[in-house]
Amino acid sequence: MNYEPVIGLEVHAQLLTASKIFCGCSTQFGREPNANTCPVCCGFPGVLPVLNKKVVEFAIKAGLATHCEITRSSVLARKNYFYPDLPKGYQISQYELPICQNGYVEFDLNGATKRVRLTRIHMEEDAGKNIHDAHGDSSLVDLNRAGVPLLEIVSEPDMGATEEAGAYLRTLRAILQYLAICDGNMEEGSFRCDANISVRPVGTEALGTKIEIKNLNSFRAVERAIEFEIQRQSETLDDGGSLVQETRLWDEHREETRSMRSKESAHDYRYFPDPDLLPLVVPESWIDEVRAGLPELPAARRQRFGAEYGLPSYDAELLTSRKDVADYFENAVKIHANPKALSNWIVGDLFRVLKDRKLDEQLYIKTWPLPAPRLAELVQLIDQGKINGKIAKSIFEELLDSDKTAQQIVSEKGLEQVSDSGSIEAAIDKVLAANGKQVEQFRAGNDKVFGFIVGQVMKATQGKANPQKVNEILRDKLK
Amino acid sequence: MSLFALTLHEASEKLRRREISSVELTEAVLQRIAATDDRVRAYLTLARDSAMEQAKQADARLASGQPSSPLLGVPLAVKDNFLTQGLRTTCASKILGDFMPPYDATAVAKLRAAGAVIVGKTNLDEFAMGSSAENSAFFPTCNPWNLQRIPGGSSGGSAAAVAADQCIAALGTDTGGSIRQPAACCGVVGLKPTYGRVSRYGIIAFASSMDQVGPMTKDTRDSALLLQALAGHDPADSTSSNHAVADYSAALTGEVKNLRIGVPKEYFVGGMQPEVEKSVREAIRQFEQAGAKIEEISLPHTEYAVAVYYIVATAEASSNLARYDGMRFGHRADAKDLTETYMISRDEGFGSEVKRRIMLGTYVLSAGYYDAYYLKAQRVRRLIKEDFDNAFKRCDVIVTPTAPTTAFKIGEKTSDPLQMYLSDIYTISINLAGLPALSLPCGLDNNNLPIGLQIIGKHFDEATVLRVADSYEQETNWHNQKPKL
Repeated sequence: MNYEPVIGLEVHAQLLTASKIFCGCSTQFGREPNANTCPVCCGFPGVLPVLNKKVVEFAIKAGLATHCEITRSSVLARKNYFYPDLPKGYQISQYELPICQNGYVEFDLNGATKRVRLTRIHMEEDAGKNIHDAHGDSSLVDLNRAGVPLLEIVSEPDMGATEEAGAYLRTLRAILQYLAICDGNMEEGSFRCDANISVRPVGTEALGTKIEIKNLNSFRAVERAIEFEIQRQSETLDDGGSLVQETRLWDEHREETRSMRSKESAHDYRYFPDPDLLPLVVPESWIDEVRAGLPELPAARRQRFGAEYGLPSYDAELLTSRKDVADYFENAVKIHANPKALSNWIVGDLFRVLKDRKLDEQLYIKTWPLPAPRLAELVQLIDQGKINGKIAKSIFEELLDSDKTAQQIVSEKGLEQVSDSGSIEAAIDKVLAANGKQVEQFRAGNDKVFGFIVGQVMKATQGKANPQKVNEILRDKLK
Repeated sequence: MSLFALTLHEASEKLRRREISSVELTEAVLQRIAATDDRVRAYLTLARDSAMEQAKQADARLASGQPSSPLLGVPLAVKDNFLTQGLRTTCASKILGDFMPPYDATAVAKLRAAGAVIVGKTNLDEFAMGSSAENSAFFPTCNPWNLQRIPGGSSGGSAAAVAADQCIAALGTDTGGSIRQPAACCGVVGLKPTYGRVSRYGIIAFASSMDQVGPMTKDTRDSALLLQALAGHDPADSTSSNHAVADYSAALTGEVKNLRIGVPKEYFVGGMQPEVEKSVREAIRQFEQAGAKIEEISLPHTEYAVAVYYIVATAEASSNLARYDGMRFGHRADAKDLTETYMISRDEGFGSEVKRRIMLGTYVLSAGYYDAYYLKAQRVRRLIKEDFDNAFKRCDVIVTPTAPTTAFKIGEKTSDPLQMYLSDIYTISINLAGLPALSLPCGLDNNNLPIGLQIIGKHFDEATVLRVADSYEQETNWHNQKPKL
């Protein structure tokens, strides 16, 4: 039978606040175990939580950017369970009345606009980390992460294909990154995803048995796990089997999911409103203030890049998927108005450098290997005919980490493009004389040889000849 | 008169006039403890050395003549559910082991800043769960009026210490009557302020929506002085209030003329010891003679208070006590794996009343029972609060007995938790409603045991409650009665 998947995603986004959600401890990553702790985040007797206002502001930002209603009086609740990385024996989260409700995210996929509805966004504290096998047969607990603020963003089961899930996640991440509230790093766990998947026969309405998948640490893992589950569930049903509602873990190495716990053994978290925290009242004026401070979001910017710079949607999408890149592009365009050429340099050469240097793992690149004005100048030299594209590529490499301008390198190395017909003709004549065989082949109708001859001319001019001129003159001479 | 018998305001005045030193006063109190505490057993931990050190520092500050708090140099006792940095805190539970707090509770920090001398930590029912101090994991405290009797609870150690002159005043906490009922049993003054008036930061949580810190003193004037030092917003406690703090001592005018006193009919029904009713009625007559207007009022949902309380309080407690898991502090049992570590540590660490309440609270929050118990209890809690809101449209304070009986015998009710729970029948509603209430002595029964009168005020109107109590003290002598030890 043919099945279609129904997918909903739960994202945990770690917020970029300087301090934890209920105490003043630092959220800095990578410090020695338990360096970022105090009696509050260690759950000592007598301590009380005080909600970090920045966390609420970030949650409102996320809500407004995803078209949510902001709950005017929301409630923080305790989720009770025992685990050594959970110091209080409960996690402070939101249950009924989360801060944001009923939103949506839109993205373009295969030429159509897809909308995924958001059920809710709520604030909660992260747990610490258990470290096993590091110390003989005992386990250790690191509470640096305990109390780091998270947003849980829950979608409706609105995705009907793996690529929709991927596109939704990338869009959501871009929004959070534009808002500068989450760095979106899946590998480091600051942007985590659980997937809920069921399948149903194509054309039917009723939802199948929902399976939750955890431990998805990359976009690839999300997509592979969903694919695996669709196939597993479809085959189980085809074989006459039935599915039980359960949580399954994605095994990265075996590329499969395996059962973790069934609904019967699910926790009863005994949620109830946290009596240590009053209901969180968000005044209208605060929402207005946050709304006024929202940056242009990826979707709007993508559209504008198409309209204002005439970029193809592919370029606009790539450039706007990161705020820093989009800012970089616009800074360059201000200096030299050739949007398409700049876009090509950015998504090609510059992205390669960013990836090589792992700069693309930063939320917002502040120090670029090549500042935007200097890339703009390089493109300007090409457009002015002062250098050709091939020379420009080599200059690009030299410009990285250098404080020279493109013009300086051109002048110093004598890389100006040779465009005067006399010099080019002389070079061509030499090449033709030395390659009589190829000239004959060309005249006999072998067009491919033309490229070889051009190459010889460029070589003879140390690559500085204007390739267009070379082409014209060579065509003339070979007539 | 012995120095240890001084009230806070008397001691403070003598210190200020340099008639006595804090070292002399503290030594007198420590000697009194040494002479009596083998019988009373009010203290779990004594802080002799640090107390003497603090007394010396206080004397130096007094000598400087700088303006200072009335608490400067005054020896106080602190219930052992307040965290005291560097001073063992047990909450009368084995689960805390030899827990040494890394910080001071806000209330304690305020006492220290005021220059008070902390002589020790007093006994209580484990995790403040109980009405007799018998649930202490260490030993029961005895009532100084009759050593075979309970001192009340849970702040039984603080009440007994004040009554026995083992401190000048003490701190207690009150979740369902834990300051007022022991104050009544021991013949001292106990004030539970409005919920949110005093910071809860650093007191070991029992039921967070009701726990409140308050003074236990020899008279009402002392209560006003101690509350003044404790009250106010604390940024570390989100439930503490920004409401302006009144001048409580200035409020003690002795005047009750035209004051409207409500007497709830639901509080004078069966089960009350006859002498208790007689003394309370007599006190009400006294107010009337002083010019107050007595109004019979109704608090129709009173009968549900105990049930609501034991759902809400146990629900919160079941969650609050989850952190005692043997992982980061306190008692940890040797066990083969994680689950066993949890189970055995908690089994060994908690006493039976605490376990009973954790189980009750876990049950009422469980899936399928939450709506029927917890949610319903919260709705009834709102009705109980509305009862008081309505009553306070017709009166300024409400006067009731503090407890239905005087101190019962040690062991008398330990096998019947429900009977024990009824000790708090007149105090519990006030915590559910978050109101301020004070208990003060208003008589002695046929066994020469103190009887408590409860004065309940409007939210954040501790000033009126204290004024009414003080006016009563000006007309009577009950607060000056002392047990013979």
